[in-house]
Amino acid sequence: MTGLAAVGAGIAVLGAGLGIGRIGGSAMDAIARQPEATSKIQTAMIIAAALIEGVALFGVVVGLLQG
Amino acid sequence: MMLKNTFKAFAFIIATVFTVNLGLANTPVDSHANAHETEHHAEKEKVDVTEMIMHHIKDAHEWHLWGGHENGVSVYLPIILIDGGLKVFSSSNFYHGEHVGHGEESYLKGTGAAQGYAMFHEKIYKLDARGNLNFNEEHHINRELNSKLLDFSITKNVLALIVSAFLLILILTGVAKSYKKHGFGAPKGMSRFIEPIVLFIRDDIARDNIGEKKYKKFMPYLLTAFFFIWINNLLGLVPIIPGGANLTGNISFTLIMASFTLILTLISANKHYWRHIFATPGVPKALLPIMIPVEIIGIFTKPFALMVRLFANITAGHIIILSLVGIIFTFQSAAWGALSVPMALFISVLELLVAFLQAFIFTMLSALFIGAAVAEHH
Repeated sequence: MTGLAAVGAGIAVLGAGLGIGRIGGSAMDAIARQPEATSKIQTAMIIAAALIEGVALFGVVVGLLQG
Repeated sequence: MMLKNTFKAFAFIIATVFTVNLGLANTPVDSHANAHETEHHAEKEKVDVTEMIMHHIKDAHEWHLWGGHENGVSVYLPIILIDGGLKVFSSSNFYHGEHVGHGEESYLKGTGAAQGYAMFHEKIYKLDARGNLNFNEEHHINRELNSKLLDFSITKNVLALIVSAFLLILILTGVAKSYKKHGFGAPKGMSRFIEPIVLFIRDDIARDNIGEKKYKKFMPYLLTAFFFIWINNLLGLVPIIPGGANLTGNISFTLIMASFTLILTLISANKHYWRHIFATPGVPKALLPIMIPVEIIGIFTKPFALMVRLFANITAGHIIILSLVGIIFTFQSAAWGALSVPMALFISVLELLVAFLQAFIFTMLSALFIGAAVAEHH
């Protein structure tokens, strides 16, 4: 069962990686278009990334509990 | 081109590590170990890395400094129990006590002042009349025969919390005094470092998320939460006493921090907030039986996510750093240090960023939730 939990945690990380990657990419685009709004975009980006990361960490916690 | 060079450098480092490792593969880290012990040792140490990590991320009644089970050096912290009166004694009565049982049912029987108590996985239980701990089939303590006590011990995490609170009071009252002395001109001394952070929290976190009119009331909580989480995250990264406790990676600690945000949100919420929960505008009446439970669950999931985010981030950071250092002991060769030390350094520097980021996110989301609860209807 330990192996399965690790696979599950891996899949959770995969999803979070894709999500945060998209946010980061879009934020880069937005900053390139409007450099004067950098700080606002960064804040919004960090909040969105934190929310996604929170979900991924649920996966990690389940992995820890199972392992 | 850049990528190619990076790849080349990485391949070179890996190749070097493997070549050096081949030459030293049979040199155990512990040079005193006898030849016939080495094989036995190797198997034992492999298990020990996981055990060491798990031991580190949990709370303990001792502050382990260095060494193994027998020859290690620890600071023994006081144990405070309420069991028909207050009982205070040193935890060395357990750690130097009798090892009883084996495998998953091994525990430490207290000696001296700790007579009649036993420690199992850092939790203290009262022994039964025969002087034993009783286990059920799942290797858990049988609660009917061995009751758990009211344990107010100064554990590792409690001591870390006291130290960080003391440090914080020392630093911040110093800063406050310097404003009293020099006025609100150019900041002096420590306030040069603190002032931009306070302004950042005021302007970018509180004012933006709570609103110009109401942010002032919540500044004390936001500043306290930010500095307290940050200093504890940073102290957790310091490997020696009084740092190194996994305080912000302790679920009880983050539970309390998150419940402060929850309580503050609920008591400062205005009628618009409650109307959105119990009579969401624009939703048909027939849907309300579904909407109300969802909205009520929503009140609790937000601080729950705050709790788990901080806990999991910091715990994961500690586990990664220790795992990377543990590579040396897993492979029983100092040459792996060439790989593990730079990687541990890299993750440590990353954790400095995470320490700030998690304190920032906690404060930011707290401000966001409070802001949503006090927002005027328009």
